[in-house]
Amino acid sequence: MGFFDKLREKFKKKDKSLETYDSGLKESRDAFTNRLKKLSKKYSKINEEYFEEIEEILISADCGVSFTMKIMEELVEKAKKEKIDSPDEINELLFSIIFSSYLKDDEETNKDLSFDKKPEIILVCGVNGVGKTTTIAKLAHRYISLGKKVLLIAADTFRAGAKEQLTYWSEKINANIVSGKENSDPASVVYNGLEECKKNDYDLIIIDTAGRLQNKVNLMNELKKIGKVIEKEGFTLDESFLIIDATTGQNGVLQAKAFKEILPLTGIILTKMDGTSKGGIILSIKNELDIPVRFIGLGEKMDDLELFDLSKYIHGLIENE
Amino acid sequence: MAFEALTDKFSKIIKRLKGEHKLTESNMDSILKDIKLALLEADVNFKVVKDFIAKIKEKCLGLDVYDKLNPSEMVVKIVREELTTLLGSGKSDIFYQNNRTTKIMLVGLQGSGKTTTAAKLAYLLKSKLNKKVMLAACDVYRLAAIDQLKELANNIGVTLFEMGTNVSPVEIAKKADEAARLGLYDVLIIDTAGRLSIDEELMQELNDITNTIQIDEKLLVVDALSGQESLNVANSFNEKVGLTGVIMTKLDGDSRGGAALSIASATSLGIKFAGVGEKISDLDIFYPDRMADRILGMGDILTLVDKVSENIDEKEAKKSVNKLIEGRFTLDDMLKQMKQIQKMGSMKGLLKLIPGMPSISDEQQELLNKEMRNFEAIINSMTPEERENPSILKNSRKVRIAKGSGKTNADINRVLKKYDQMQMVMKQMKGKKGGMLPPGFKF
Repeated sequence: MGFFDKLREKFKKKDKSLETYDSGLKESRDAFTNRLKKLSKKYSKINEEYFEEIEEILISADCGVSFTMKIMEELVEKAKKEKIDSPDEINELLFSIIFSSYLKDDEETNKDLSFDKKPEIILVCGVNGVGKTTTIAKLAHRYISLGKKVLLIAADTFRAGAKEQLTYWSEKINANIVSGKENSDPASVVYNGLEECKKNDYDLIIIDTAGRLQNKVNLMNELKKIGKVIEKEGFTLDESFLIIDATTGQNGVLQAKAFKEILPLTGIILTKMDGTSKGGIILSIKNELDIPVRFIGLGEKMDDLELFDLSKYIHGLIENE
Repeated sequence: MAFEALTDKFSKIIKRLKGEHKLTESNMDSILKDIKLALLEADVNFKVVKDFIAKIKEKCLGLDVYDKLNPSEMVVKIVREELTTLLGSGKSDIFYQNNRTTKIMLVGLQGSGKTTTAAKLAYLLKSKLNKKVMLAACDVYRLAAIDQLKELANNIGVTLFEMGTNVSPVEIAKKADEAARLGLYDVLIIDTAGRLSIDEELMQELNDITNTIQIDEKLLVVDALSGQESLNVANSFNEKVGLTGVIMTKLDGDSRGGAALSIASATSLGIKFAGVGEKISDLDIFYPDRMADRILGMGDILTLVDKVSENIDEKEAKKSVNKLIEGRFTLDDMLKQMKQIQKMGSMKGLLKLIPGMPSISDEQQELLNKEMRNFEAIINSMTPEERENPSILKNSRKVRIAKGSGKTNADINRVLKKYDQMQMVMKQMKGKKGGMLPPGFKF
């Protein structure tokens, strides 16, 4: 059974989350997979030119030069070894190589929050404009729907209107929120939030932080301070998520590298995948820094944030309804 | 700062070029491949890269650079020309209406920085061009978008027009237009909600606004961190609403500026402004030709001169630059220079503008500040004669200065090395004559 058939077999029974994937990835599918399909119609047999076109498709999906080169090398080699020369089969081989390069040790991709202690603390960080605040609202909504008691800490005291934005959200989704004055020390807001947590019992705490470009040393140190406050107050930071916007170019690798130096990043949340960008940067990041994607934003609705599942993701990329 | 990595790559490539005695088609091919990879890694759209490489190849062939001695200068020139063309030449300004309100609408994807940019632009027009500016809040979708703009408008003392979130953006724009006209505002800046270019409904909304009131400038706000798709996004916004220009944001990140390069070269849209920092004053007018030089590691003296004239008395500046170039440059001048430069902002930002200067990190910046204090202590411990003519500094003098300043011999040598370096750079610049310095700085 080929790689695609195996995936299809696995998802014979459609579930709701698979539908979110399939519909959210429509734009990416149109641009990425259909381009591959067109390509395979254009060529009856593969040749060097065909490989070059695949290379271009990967580059234009923001997969990055080094990751693309690595994949192409493997593709050419395997095609030669297994004597594959039909374009359709090559395309399938390409997906299976990307798949196995991501899942080096067959680890699970859809790893949910563990909730093995109370409270579970998540810190969310990223550069400006990637969708941190909205994603936090979606995350909180997800766990409130599952019956968890959630506290939001609005530690973005820098951007005008950030506190208001999260406060409106907290009202919409019925989450408690602790926020501080504009331009106050974000670490002090976190401290206040933890005090609130000591008084009341929470399952989950999500900390929103200001967007910061990763090359701003002072702002990055501010994150370090937040981490210290959490530790000092006797809590542990369970998850640090970096939000990456699907439109991000190769700078995403530098972002992940810089944030990883400051915080023990446990995963990436990929946002805005419903747009025309392909989000290939996550492959680059996984390849270079081995940071997995944990959640994926597939649309503007509250329910459109899903646990990242590589099989579903690829299913969404290849399957036409 | 954007373009840094690209600059590094290009300077390596140029170094390599200069090292080749002869160019053959085969070593040229490998150099072109390096250029191609450098551009792709910088997120320049691959179609743009392909064209760029093809053009350079063609020009090199046309000029018959192969098998000639030292052809590297020619090739560097070609690359520079093409890069400048790539970025579009000349700056593109806002065209202001003289007898009515100039209306500017900002559009773009979610998170590109429209609201912040709207406020920065308002501040720029108000503070530098003395315009009477009104901001209109037409983002009724994102939670707290209006609060954000309100807060920003308040901070910079600009009038905000808003009608809450229960009114359609078209209606708000219409009323804002009336209010701006009646209030005799020079400029009205309309902030709109972020949207995907494939969202037909929301794209139609933008057209409804432009059909209702006459918009003079429709500017697309583009995130400099974005990848290959940025060009398609710009094209698709342009097709649907007919843009008049682009504002790049987050150029202070360490992105490699590929989005800017791609849009500037493959659309007819000029980049008018660039967001370069977190502060409200961090929006600059974008000069494409200067950017090409910066990418090639040739520095950006023009922007440096702008910064100098903004912060320093012009006469004083001319005097010191002239002195620098004529080689009558003393340690006193160097100290004065360094102090003045410090006044202009971070060394990090400024160094980038000077040809041949390496770039530095924030930690290095801190070290530099420390070094600056060292320099001051050391130079102040010298006699006037020594400052005028540092070449007389032999060991015994150095020992005295070290004692006087509480520093070591090595520290003093560092000062002297810096002095030599500065002179060297200026000598090189002198050699490059023409084009590098603005008319006010003749020598």
